[in-house]
Amino acid sequence: MNTRREFLCATTLAVASSALPQSTFGLHSQTKSPGTIAWTNATLLPVDGPSIQKGTLVIQEGKIKGIGAAANVTIPTDATVINAEGKWVMPGLVCTHSHIGGLGAADGSGPIQPGVRVLDSLNVRDSGFRRALAGGLTTLNIMPGSGHLISGQTVYCKLRYFETSPRTIDEIFIRDKDGRAIGGLKMANGTNSQGESPFPGTRGKSAFLVREQYIKAREYQAKIVAAKGDASKLPPRDLHLESLVEAMQGKRIVHHHTHRHDDIMTVIRLSQEFGFQTVLHHVSEGWKVAKEIAEAKLPCSIIVLDSPGGKVEAKEMTFKNGRVLDEAGVKVAFHTDDWITDSRLFMRSAALAVRAGMNRDKAIAGLTLAGAEMLGLEDRFGSLTVGKEADIAILDGDPLSVYSRVLETWVEGKKAFDLSKPEDQLFAEGGLNAGSDLDPFLCCFAPAWQGGAK
Amino acid sequence: MILSLFRFASSIAIASIALQVSHAAQPLVVQAKKLITAAGPTIENGTIVSVDGKITALGKSADILVPDNAIVLQCAVAMPGMVDVRTCAGLSGILNVEHDSDHLESSSPLQPELRAIDAYNPNEELVEYLRNFGVTTIHTGHAPGELISGQTLITKTTGNTIEAALMVDGRAIAATLAESSKKSGKTSPGTRGKQMAMLRSLFIEAQEYQAKLNAKPTASSTSDKEKKEPEPPVRSLRLEALAEVLSGKKALLITADRAQDIASAIRLSDEFKIKIWLDSAADAHMMIPQIKASGISVLLHPSMARASGEKENLSFETAKKLRAANVPFAIQGGFEAYVPKVRVVLFEAAVAAAHGLSYDDAIESITISPARILGIDHRVGSLVIGKDADIAMFDGDPFEYTTHCVGVVINGVMVSTAAQ
Repeated sequence: MNTRREFLCATTLAVASSALPQSTFGLHSQTKSPGTIAWTNATLLPVDGPSIQKGTLVIQEGKIKGIGAAANVTIPTDATVINAEGKWVMPGLVCTHSHIGGLGAADGSGPIQPGVRVLDSLNVRDSGFRRALAGGLTTLNIMPGSGHLISGQTVYCKLRYFETSPRTIDEIFIRDKDGRAIGGLKMANGTNSQGESPFPGTRGKSAFLVREQYIKAREYQAKIVAAKGDASKLPPRDLHLESLVEAMQGKRIVHHHTHRHDDIMTVIRLSQEFGFQTVLHHVSEGWKVAKEIAEAKLPCSIIVLDSPGGKVEAKEMTFKNGRVLDEAGVKVAFHTDDWITDSRLFMRSAALAVRAGMNRDKAIAGLTLAGAEMLGLEDRFGSLTVGKEADIAILDGDPLSVYSRVLETWVEGKKAFDLSKPEDQLFAEGGLNAGSDLDPFLCCFAPAWQGGAK
Repeated sequence: MILSLFRFASSIAIASIALQVSHAAQPLVVQAKKLITAAGPTIENGTIVSVDGKITALGKSADILVPDNAIVLQCAVAMPGMVDVRTCAGLSGILNVEHDSDHLESSSPLQPELRAIDAYNPNEELVEYLRNFGVTTIHTGHAPGELISGQTLITKTTGNTIEAALMVDGRAIAATLAESSKKSGKTSPGTRGKQMAMLRSLFIEAQEYQAKLNAKPTASSTSDKEKKEPEPPVRSLRLEALAEVLSGKKALLITADRAQDIASAIRLSDEFKIKIWLDSAADAHMMIPQIKASGISVLLHPSMARASGEKENLSFETAKKLRAANVPFAIQGGFEAYVPKVRVVLFEAAVAAAHGLSYDDAIESITISPARILGIDHRVGSLVIGKDADIAMFDGDPFEYTTHCVGVVINGVMVSTAAQ
C-alpha cells in the first residue's frame, strides 16, 4: 500500500480545485500559520521505530521537523519549547471505520449504489467530531452503513476543528495533490446486506449481484478505452459503474464489512476475481481463517467489543482476534465504528487486544500507522516521522492504561483539542449538549430492537 | 492442593483439575497479595477461608489458619464477586433472535404480572460471559421499552436452574418513561402525559385492590357478635404485583434518561409513596438536588453507554458527582439491544474511576453499593465473615485494561479459571 490512491471523482472536481489551501473555503485561513514547537523530555511513541524516553519532538509549518533523543535533535531558535516531562506523545489516531456525521449514502431502493457519496450527507457540526478529538483521533474514514452490498463512497477526513470550527464538511476532507477529496468504497456481505427484494435473500445471491455489477463495470470501462477519447463513442456516463471502475483500477480502496469466516473467504474470492484492493472490516471470525487472510495479503481493520453477540454473525467475536491475525502475518488496525464504540474509547480497543496477548507495539500501530496504510495515506501521517503531517496526541500516561487521559490533540501542526479548556473538557467528559440528539439512521437493516430485518 | 493464578497462561491448564475437585463441601482458601474487601482497607497479603459456601475466616495471611483439606487459590488481587445492579442477561440472549429474546413482551404496554423467573435462562452464554469476568450476582429481568415490561429477579451467575441460583424472586417491577415506551399512531401511550396518566390510573386501581385485600372484618349492623368477613377481591396477578410495590415489598424500577422523565418518576414516587429506583438516568448529573431530596437510588447507566438519543447528555463524571452528593448509586451493565449484547460492570466502573470516581468508590459501585440498593448486602457485596464466599481474582489491578480475571468463586466453589 505504498502508492497514494488518487482518483477521479468528476463531480467533486470543480469544488475541490477551488478548495485548495488558502481557498475561499478557508481551509487553513482561519488561524495563523502554524509555528515551530518543540516538546522536550517526553516519552515518544513514533510507531515507525522504538519508543524514546526523554525525547524531543519538533514540528514546523504543520509537519514533523525532528524527533529523537534530546542529544540528536536540534531545536530551532524560533521554536516554542514545551517541557513535556511525564507526558506521552504519539501520532494522532486513525480510525479506518467511523460513522460520525451521518450515514446517509445509499437508500432503500436497492442493494448496490456505488455512485452515492457519504460526503453529501455529513453534518460538520456533529458533536461526535469533537468527541473524537478528545479521544486523540485526527483522521477518520467516514463510511456509509452496512445495509447494502455496496452502500457508496466513503470519505477520508482530518479533524480540522481549531479555534474557529469548520463551517462546511468540505473543509475537513483529505485531498490529493490535485485537490480532490479522497475516499474508498463501502461494501458488505453477510446478514446486514440481505433482506427482502430487491435486496438479496441469500449469500449466494449476494455474491452473484456483486459479480454481475463488476462485470458490467468492466464492459463499461472497455467501451471507454475503445472510444480512445472520441466523445461520440463514449458510453453514457454512469456514476455507479464509474465508482466500480475506480475500485478495479486501485484508485478507490474497497472497505468491506464482513464477519463470518465463510463471508471473509467470499470477499477474498471476489477481490481476486475483480482485482479491487480490499481492507477487511470487523472480521469477527478472522481468527478462524487467519492463514487464508495472510495468504491473500488482505489487511484487517477489526472491531473490539465488550462482549460477543448481538447478532448471530458476531457470536464468536473475541478479544484474541487481533493477536491471532497479527501472529499469522496479517496487518491489523482497529476501528471504532462510532457510534458502536465512542471514539473517546478508541485506545481501549487496542488495550483489550493486548489483554488477549497481542504484541504491544503492533497494537499501538493498529491505532495509527496500520490505519493510515489501509487508507493508502501512510506517506502523509500515521507515525511521528520527519516530513509527515504533524498529527499528534499528547497523553498523561500509557495509551493502553484505563487511567491515561488525552491532554491535547494536534492536527497538521495546530492544536485542535485541549483538555484544560472547559469547552473541550465538555466533549471529553460529556454533559449537556456534548452528545448527539438523534440516534443514527441505519439504512437498510434493523437490529432486533428496531423490528428485525427490514 | 495449591493453584497459583498469578500468570494467566498457566491458569488455563489447571482449570479442569480445579473444577473437578472444587465443590461446596471442601473448604476453599483464596490468598491474595492485595485483598480488596469493600468493607474496610485493602489487606496486603490477605487470606479468605470459605467453608460450606460461607466466609469463615478473613485477614492477613499470617493470622489465618488454612484448613488441611482446603483447595488453596493464590492470586495477585482478590475482590468481592461483582453485583450487576441492572441487566437483562438471561432473558436477553447472545444471538439476539426470537429464540433467545424474552426480555420484552410488546402485546400490551402494562404487564407487571410477567415474572422474570419464568423467562430466565441460567445457561445463557451471556451469563457465563459475565461470570468469567467476576460478576457473581445479577439483578436481571424485563427490559426497558414498555411502560411496564415485567418483573426482575436476583440470581447468582451459576446453577443449572433458576431455582438453584435464585436469591430474590420478583425484586422489582420494570417501568420505562422514554421515547421507547411510546407507541405510534392511535395506540396508547402516545405521549409522555399519557404515559403518566396510565401509570397513575393503574396504581390507583392497585390501591383499591390493596385496600380490599387489607380490609378488616367489620361489625355486623344486626349483631355485634357476628363479624362480617369482607368480600376478597377477584385475584388479579397484575394488581397483586403492583400492590407489592405499594406495600414496599417490590421496588418500581423506572428507566428514565431525560431530566423531565426523571422528574416524572420522582413525582410518581411522591404521589404513591412507593420505593422507586432510577434506572439509567443519563441526565442525573443535572438533577442531583432533586434526586437527593427524594432519597432515590440510582442504577446508573454504563459509563461507556452511547451519547446519543435520550442519552445525549450523559457524562463520564456522573458517578463522581452522585458520590460527591452522597446519592446512593451503583453502576449497571444495563440492557443492550445490539452490540455488544452485554456490558461488564467491571469495565464500566473502571472508566468511572478514570473520570474522577475514587478507586474505592469505583469498587463499591459494583460490589457493596448495588448489594445495599438491592437489599442483599447481608449475603453479598463485600468480603466479610458470614457472607457468601463470592470472590473474583485478578493478576493485577482489576480495572486496568490489560489485567485478567483469573478465577471466580461463587458460594465457595471455583466456577471459572478461564482467564479473561
